[in-house]
Amino acid sequence: MIDAALYLAIIMLISLNIYALLGGADYGGGVWDLFAVGKRAKEQRELIAGAIGPIWEANHVWLILVVVILFSAFPAAFSLLSISLHVPLTLLLLGIIARGTAFTFRKYDSHKDHVQRRWGRIFAMASLITPVLLGIVVGAISQGKVSADIAGKTFSQVYIDPWCTPFCFAVGGFALVLFSFLAAVYSTVYAPTEELKTDFQRRALGAQVACAILALLVFILAEHSAPGLKDSLAHSSWSLLLQGATAACAISSSIALFKRKFHAARFFAAGQVTLILWGWGLAQYPYMIRPDMTINNAQGAASTQTLLLAAIASGALLLFPSFYFLLKVFKHKIDQPINK
Amino acid sequence: MSDLIFARAQMGFSLAFHIIFAVAGIALPLMMVIAEALWLKTGDEIYKTITKRWARGTAVLFAVGAVSGTVLSFELGLLWPEFMKWAGSIIGLPFALEGYAFFTEAIFLGIYLYGWDKVSKPMHLLSGCIVALSGALSAVFVVIANAWMNAPVGFKLVGNLPTEIDPLKAMTSPAAFPQVLHMLIAAYAAIGLLAAGVHAFMLLRDRQNVFHRRALGICLALGCTMALAEPLSGDILAQMVAHTQPIKLAALEGQFDTMRGAPLRIGGLPNVETKQTPYSIEIPKMLSMLAFHDLDAEVKGLNDFPRDVWPPVLLVHLNFQIMVACGVIMGVVSLWAAALYAKTKRLPDSTAFLKAVICISPLGLIAIESGWMVTELGRQPWVVHGVLRTSHAVTPMPGLWLPFTTFLFVYMALAVIVVALLIREFSRSKDVVAGVQHTSPASKLQSAETRPESDHD
Ligand code: HDD
Ligand code: HEM
Ligand code: HEM
Repeated sequence: MIDAALYLAIIMLISLNIYALLGGADYGGGVWDLFAVGKRAKEQRELIAGAIGPIWEANHVWLILVVVILFSAFPAAFSLLSISLHVPLTLLLLGIIARGTAFTFRKYDSHKDHVQRRWGRIFAMASLITPVLLGIVVGAISQGKVSADIAGKTFSQVYIDPWCTPFCFAVGGFALVLFSFLAAVYSTVYAPTEELKTDFQRRALGAQVACAILALLVFILAEHSAPGLKDSLAHSSWSLLLQGATAACAISSSIALFKRKFHAARFFAAGQVTLILWGWGLAQYPYMIRPDMTINNAQGAASTQTLLLAAIASGALLLFPSFYFLLKVFKHKIDQPINK
Repeated sequence: MSDLIFARAQMGFSLAFHIIFAVAGIALPLMMVIAEALWLKTGDEIYKTITKRWARGTAVLFAVGAVSGTVLSFELGLLWPEFMKWAGSIIGLPFALEGYAFFTEAIFLGIYLYGWDKVSKPMHLLSGCIVALSGALSAVFVVIANAWMNAPVGFKLVGNLPTEIDPLKAMTSPAAFPQVLHMLIAAYAAIGLLAAGVHAFMLLRDRQNVFHRRALGICLALGCTMALAEPLSGDILAQMVAHTQPIKLAALEGQFDTMRGAPLRIGGLPNVETKQTPYSIEIPKMLSMLAFHDLDAEVKGLNDFPRDVWPPVLLVHLNFQIMVACGVIMGVVSLWAAALYAKTKRLPDSTAFLKAVICISPLGLIAIESGWMVTELGRQPWVVHGVLRTSHAVTPMPGLWLPFTTFLFVYMALAVIVVALLIREFSRSKDVVAGVQHTSPASKLQSAETRPESDHD
């Protein structure tokens, strides 16, 4: 029997997954805005802005959904997280503010070059930093130093040590390159010209190499920093299967990129990120926050969980058609943006 | 200052900042779909231009609303982890429902802003209506959560912890309906009259400007109706406060002694040392009348409650006075508008009236800010009225002055930028409209399609 708490945890992971695929790519887009170079730099930037424009706020709500489910269904976990990870979460918020507003201001402010560049730079820097912080938070809840027992401990033991480790930073870097990879792959599909497609093809392949390196680094550092996570990653049969599938996806997306089969590359890239996330989720199970807080002991009132499930289910009935409609309306626009 | 003070102040200014964008997100979409419906009905291109202007405003404000709202959902935990641990299960449901309202709002705003030439006209209008509706629904749900903090129901207290939690019941707090009603009307009144002020200002410089005349008409129709309804809903709200939070009512009114036939005080400075409210004009028995609809009803005074549960009386009282004063002035000007319209059957546009509209245009937002100060300061020292103290809810994290200062600085910068961008929009509207007026009908139509803001950027 699966109980309500587990369903809700799964829904949170699904939301996080969608956030990574959609919102993550928006961050990645910002990264490529920063690294837009060469004579097509301007086209590259416009491509990114056109793809992010209509939907970043909608993509962003997936993160809010995760937070809301967390505090409604697992209030103890939300509370613990907010205390021990106060510092990275606050920085994450600052990043979210800077990114969202700079992107919008850029669009509605004067279209003079220096004004555009100023907003563009803030947008891009924030896009670079925010995913790292997101990764740090994910790293911190996996590595097992977040403790509710704060009596008699120093400031740094309670508020810094749980996240300020090489492992967490490696996870942060991993999140950043994954998001950049996604954005580059998506852009190969959206790019209106062959030259632009090639620009992003190169970027995607570069990012894929970086993903492999950082994945390895995370894995190595986990040995020492997050032994619990590492053990369940390395010693369970499902995990080997999942890792195999992830590797297959990664190889397929790379090959598809090489062969300029961009739609296929997008499919496999999304699959790759999804499998990584679910691999992490399964390895983390049954913990929400290692080492003490499990799905079971973090949960709040059962009545709330049931109602939440009902609300989410009926909300989904409303939401998915709307999302589908949004994507359908803008498919044309996204596939060939910018006809200014 | 202690960390608690910094946490309270940070929560306060974060919300005070967010509410401005939230009310814009509630009211502007409604105004824009009204303008669009008029365009579809009359075929008058000027209504389309108005729609697009307001839609651009909505887009800028929505982005800031979205990020400041995200900040709030994290801040609930970052600043008040013990409160969220305690109450997360109880008020999580309205927040989750609010999440859906955000989704639909963001999705259909995307379609609305970027889909002018991608969906049919009725579909476009419908998207706008969904944006307006979900904006209002976000407010409904989040204010329901707040109402529960003021008049908590739907759980049983065992020791210091809530059990037998019933989240649906929690959503039916007696404060919910009056607060939601008052809040929604406030949003329409405030933004309607604020926008009216802007268009009145433009009209004073260029009396024949059709764009601003039509826009002003929509703003006044919405703003004045709502401004007249607001004191009525305020009365319903005040009765609820009288019944569920007598100490808050006492603070609102600067009422120290319990008495029958209590007077309504206009102005005055409550002094908690002398336990008196000097310098006020007292209208005998009116408070009893307004709060309980009975001239001789007993109104509890602050002295009946232990000192350590008094809210900051002076601040609560002053903020209440400010809100009511704003409400009265807005109501009077609205009546004036109604009278002018009844007499002439056309847009009220005498210079005196336009000037008055300009003067009162910020009052709605001021009333909203001070009204929330009444609610939130008036609830102190409790986060959840009567059961959980703010001081027990705060994070153990030290050094809260740092996030406080940082966010304050960031928000001030954002405020300056948003204002600058909006001013830029207004000054652009001058040129655009000049273009519309001084051309022939045929080229007018055409220029409406080719004007810079008419493309789907
Ligand atoms: C346009 C804005 C506006 C105007 C003109 C008024 N109000 Fe108001 N008022 C609000 C905007 C507002 C608000 C910001 O929306 C509040 C804060 C919390 C809430 O639900 O509504 C509020 C709160 C609030 C409260 C406190 C409720 C509580 O603590 O739970 C009372 C008693 C009133 N109002 C009563 C009035 C009266 C009698 C008015 C007569 C003129 C009035 N308001 C005008
Ligand atoms: C947007 C309008 C609002 C404004 C301007 C506002 C303002 C404030 C202010 C000034 C405080 C600090 C009070 C003090 O400690 O002295 C505060 C506290 C708080 N508010 Fe609000 N508030 C608003 C709406 C809400 C809503 C809708 C909720 C929740 C659903 C909420 C939740 C809280 C919480 C949890 C605190 C901290 C605990 C406390 O001080 O009581 N507020 N708010
Ligand atoms: C504790 C209090 C609050 C929290 C946690 C909160 C949270 C949020 C969040 C996360 C968003 C962003 C949604 C998006 O990405 O599209 C948002 C936007 C919004 N909020 Fe709040 N909010 C609070 C208070 C309020 C209040 C008091 C109101 C109105 C009375 C309100 C009305 C809105 C509206 C209408 C929007 C849509 C955005 C816009 O149009 O600007 N919120 N809020």
